[in-house]
Amino acid sequence: MRFLSVFGRYVIFMSRVFSRPEKARIYLKQTILEMESLGFNSVGIVIIISIFIGAVITLQTRYNLENPLLPLYIIGLTARDTMLLEFSSTMVGLILAGKVGSNIASEIGHMRITEQIDALEMMGVNSASYLVLPKIIATMVFNPFLTAISMSVGLFGGWMACIITGALPSADYLYGIQYYFIPFYIVYALIKTVFYAFIITSVSAFQGYNVKGGALEVGRASTRGVVFSSILILMTDVILTQLMLA
Amino acid sequence: MIEVKDLYKSFSGESVLDDISVSFEKGKTNLIIGRSGSGKTVLMKCIVGLHEADKGSVFFDGRDFLKMNFKERQNLRREIGMLFQGSALFDSLTVEENVMFPLNMFSDMTPGDKTDRVNFCLKRVNLENENALYPGELSGGMKKRVAIARAIVQNPKYLFCDEPNSGLDPITALLIDDLISEITKEFDITTIVNTHDMNSVMEIGEKVVFIHEGRKCWEGTKEDILNSEDVNLNDFVFASNFAKKIKAMTTDEIRDPENY
Repeated sequence: MRFLSVFGRYVIFMSRVFSRPEKARIYLKQTILEMESLGFNSVGIVIIISIFIGAVITLQTRYNLENPLLPLYIIGLTARDTMLLEFSSTMVGLILAGKVGSNIASEIGHMRITEQIDALEMMGVNSASYLVLPKIIATMVFNPFLTAISMSVGLFGGWMACIITGALPSADYLYGIQYYFIPFYIVYALIKTVFYAFIITSVSAFQGYNVKGGALEVGRASTRGVVFSSILILMTDVILTQLMLA
Repeated sequence: MIEVKDLYKSFSGESVLDDISVSFEKGKTNLIIGRSGSGKTVLMKCIVGLHEADKGSVFFDGRDFLKMNFKERQNLRREIGMLFQGSALFDSLTVEENVMFPLNMFSDMTPGDKTDRVNFCLKRVNLENENALYPGELSGGMKKRVAIARAIVQNPKYLFCDEPNSGLDPITALLIDDLISEITKEFDITTIVNTHDMNSVMEIGEKVVFIHEGRKCWEGTKEDILNSEDVNLNDFVFASNFAKKIKAMTTDEIRDPENY
């Protein structure tokens, strides 16, 4: 019952978020600001994590692949498919759920407990739409770029690992990441990213928007936003994988 | 004019407002007074729809607010200015941006006209040349004044002030009280102020409503308060020793040395 009640409130909240904006120009300006705040400011962490994970995937695959009958380029191919299919979309989604999700929940939660949301409502502004819609659009537009960056940088990290450690000849790795390339994998990853962006932003915003109490509750809402977003991301991953790759 | 009829509100089955009926007059500073936890803020938030009342009606010049849908409420709220207890200024915006915010959202004024209007409102609250400061750089009194400027920037018909003097020193509190009273007269608006500060009551209270444990116990003018026989109101008004001595001085009890 509690689940249904929360889900019902979430649906009502989203219907308010997607109602007609008071002034489209203001929302557009907000969306651009949110792209910088939630998207562009996440480029650094995505690059750092992707480069190391690309390197680790390559090295682990190399050290666990002892069979001399398997060609070495398989390592590059494995690294590529892991990055494209799962890491750059889902893992980056989970990382962004932590960074962006907690940011959104705590920002909106703070506005709730300091009556800034009430102030918006009293001006006649649809606070749910004004605060959340630009964030949703910004992340749904920008996060696919983050995924694309993660893919490129991750594969580059794997290549760097080959060069620096000598675990694998560079030529084998480069051949492997080009071998039997299926472009749809990129489309699949980008579609997943758009769904994840919606989940991260809407779930975290919902948690922040419904905070009651003080700083402690804002912290709890932030944690709930990250946890629920992460679980929903993984559930969505299973569903989309079955729908798009089966 | 704002009329409240038979208003009820409860939280988790516990009654917070019980059958409140009261009217607030145009062009006057109407005060809701009462102890902390008596239901003043809940009453104010029910009137403006920030809390949903369980039962009852609220009429803004004859328009039944509680029967309105979301869009209609939004439209009516554009006629309301509200000063929150903690000022509720937007942290990430400057003073000028805070005051200009409602104009950006709802008016078709040119940027120059908006700036003129903002400067007029800031001048009205004696806050000139502070446009570029952020709320974090302002004192409590300055924040309240910016919040008042923001509340009046759209020429509201109704002004709500929730504990405008909380956390302010007596002199600044007096300035804020005078400002609210002057603005009410100047723009001929219906003003409702929530307070438990008796200085405010005696300074600006043209109509006073006393709320006790969620019920309206008494209403009248500030002059009537001192002569009221309502026990709860007297307990509230004369709670401090200073007030008790003032009252003693205004009665025959002054002749009895034991009262000192």
